[in-house]
Amino acid sequence: MILNRRQILLLLPAAAVAWDSVLAGNPEGSPNYKMSEHWWGMLIDITKCIGCGNCVRACAMENDVPEGYFRTWVERYHVSDWHIENPEVDSPKGGMDGFPPAKAEGGKNFFVPKMCNHCVDSPCSQVCPVGATFRTPDGVVLVDYDYCLGCRYCIQACPYGCRFFHPKKHTADKCTLCYHRITKGLTTACCEACPTGARQLADLKNPSDPIHAFLKTHAVQVLKPHLATGSKLFYNSLDGSVR
Amino acid sequence: MEGFMYPNEVELQWSILIVLYPYLTGLVAGAFILASLERVFRVEEVKPTYRLALLTALAFLIVAPLPLQLHLGHPERSLEMYLTPHRSSAMAMFGFVYLWYLMAVLVVEIWLDYRRDIVRLAESSRGVKGLLYRALTLGSHNISPAALRIDDRVGWIITLIGIPSAFLLHGYVGFIFGSVKANPWWSTPLMPVVFLFSAMVSGIALVLLMYMLTCAMRRVAIDMRCLDTIAKYLFYTFVIDFALEMLDLIHRIYESDESFRSLDFMVHTRLFYSQILIQIILGTLAPLAILSFTQVINFSVAARRRIYAIAGVLTLVGIFAMRWNVVIGGQLFSKSFLGYTTYKVAFVTREGLLSAVALMILPFAILYVLIKILPPWQEEHRVVAEVHGDD
Repeated sequence: MILNRRQILLLLPAAAVAWDSVLAGNPEGSPNYKMSEHWWGMLIDITKCIGCGNCVRACAMENDVPEGYFRTWVERYHVSDWHIENPEVDSPKGGMDGFPPAKAEGGKNFFVPKMCNHCVDSPCSQVCPVGATFRTPDGVVLVDYDYCLGCRYCIQACPYGCRFFHPKKHTADKCTLCYHRITKGLTTACCEACPTGARQLADLKNPSDPIHAFLKTHAVQVLKPHLATGSKLFYNSLDGSVR
Repeated sequence: MEGFMYPNEVELQWSILIVLYPYLTGLVAGAFILASLERVFRVEEVKPTYRLALLTALAFLIVAPLPLQLHLGHPERSLEMYLTPHRSSAMAMFGFVYLWYLMAVLVVEIWLDYRRDIVRLAESSRGVKGLLYRALTLGSHNISPAALRIDDRVGWIITLIGIPSAFLLHGYVGFIFGSVKANPWWSTPLMPVVFLFSAMVSGIALVLLMYMLTCAMRRVAIDMRCLDTIAKYLFYTFVIDFALEMLDLIHRIYESDESFRSLDFMVHTRLFYSQILIQIILGTLAPLAILSFTQVINFSVAARRRIYAIAGVLTLVGIFAMRWNVVIGGQLFSKSFLGYTTYKVAFVTREGLLSAVALMILPFAILYVLIKILPPWQEEHRVVAEVHGDD
């Protein structure tokens, strides 16, 4: 078959798309992973966080998070003795490059790593008009990027500010709990990069996971418990001033 | 930006186009409810505006989904909302409420009401126009008294279904906001009711202005009995709307929950102009005050007309400000209640001011075409201005 110039010009865009998909390859499968055997959450120990920003950088690199947006970030709290309800909080660049020396004196300072709470009754999946945001059987809230309309209702519905509108995909985006890693027996990028073990991936369905012993022996809290979202981000030593 | 916002909160998600969306649907619901007064409750005085109100509702309803469509990251996927709706989503279900209202209520009611005119026009028109009217008859040319009686009866039933549908349409828009528990500015069970009454207020004000405007353009006298009645309804619904909004405000101030300090600060700073000055003083108290004067003082016809026109315009501005304060105001503060951001309206972007202005003009252009195709004026109301001593 001989193609003329016009036909070649018509075929070029299709060939470009095809080549793009060849280069992207097929995602690696996880044949031995059974979703029904896991129930994922995370333990965050505030007493251990040093605000180094390793987790934020690791997450951004692992998940190709666009600049200025965050799947995870770290906040620094300064709570004075007289204003427990009005803490001073900062998070320059999401804590990605660490923090400048604290200016405020007196009271207490501590760091609070934040990310998607992978709620059991997640407000974001409730409001999604097409079900593009959903909870997997192993308890991870994900976004189907090929299905999301980009209406941003989920971003409004998340009480924790964990979602953003991806400037290139034009869809909602958020932490996936490194689903591509945890289904292969790895931990999340943020947990792996944390030098103090302040973040620990937890599988609540695994009886030998250290989370069980930890939850039994520590005062653990979730963020904004009054909203009853069923958050699975368990904070150790969470101060009452944290929002 | 001021204070602390969660890093992802710095960017506002819902723009001026999302302000337009509840504004437009509100005008639809309000105009329809006014039209149904005549049909169901037999308020003869508002009859001159019946068809105009229906066409106005249709013109605005056609445009209502466009700001949403423009706003979506993937507008090409919007049909998924109908094909694979997520049943727990208020937004997904709204699509069906919208379709139901458009196709099962408004279009059918307009068609039934106009059927006699359409058949007559189909018989008397030639060329493209004739073809259009023949298509609009849907093949039914029977306009015998018996057939028209059936039309009237079915139309009445549809209006009866239409009233709760119109309530549902706009109450539902309120629910989309009122059910977001993450946002204390929105999350109140009063939201659907407040939206509904403000919708009625804005719709009635719009029809009032459109009626005055079309009369002036056609150089016919305004039926003052009609205008007085519409203004009366505007006043009553406005009183209820204002009472509900004040109830919400007083409740918030008295309860002073964890979000109060943050919201209070926002109202006194970022939203001061749009909420206190434009919405409450200029857009609510001023029209309420001047409308209340017309209820107790006997003004001349010319004075009443001017008062109604001013009240109507102020009302429309006030309700727009209300939508703005809900939609934009709800995004100016951090969900941490520790900081505030600002919203700068872009000009020539997909979600900019230019698009918003175009979307506000479009319903009037559609209404113009609709009026050309289906003239809403009935001969018995066509009164020559001079005869009634129009000044």
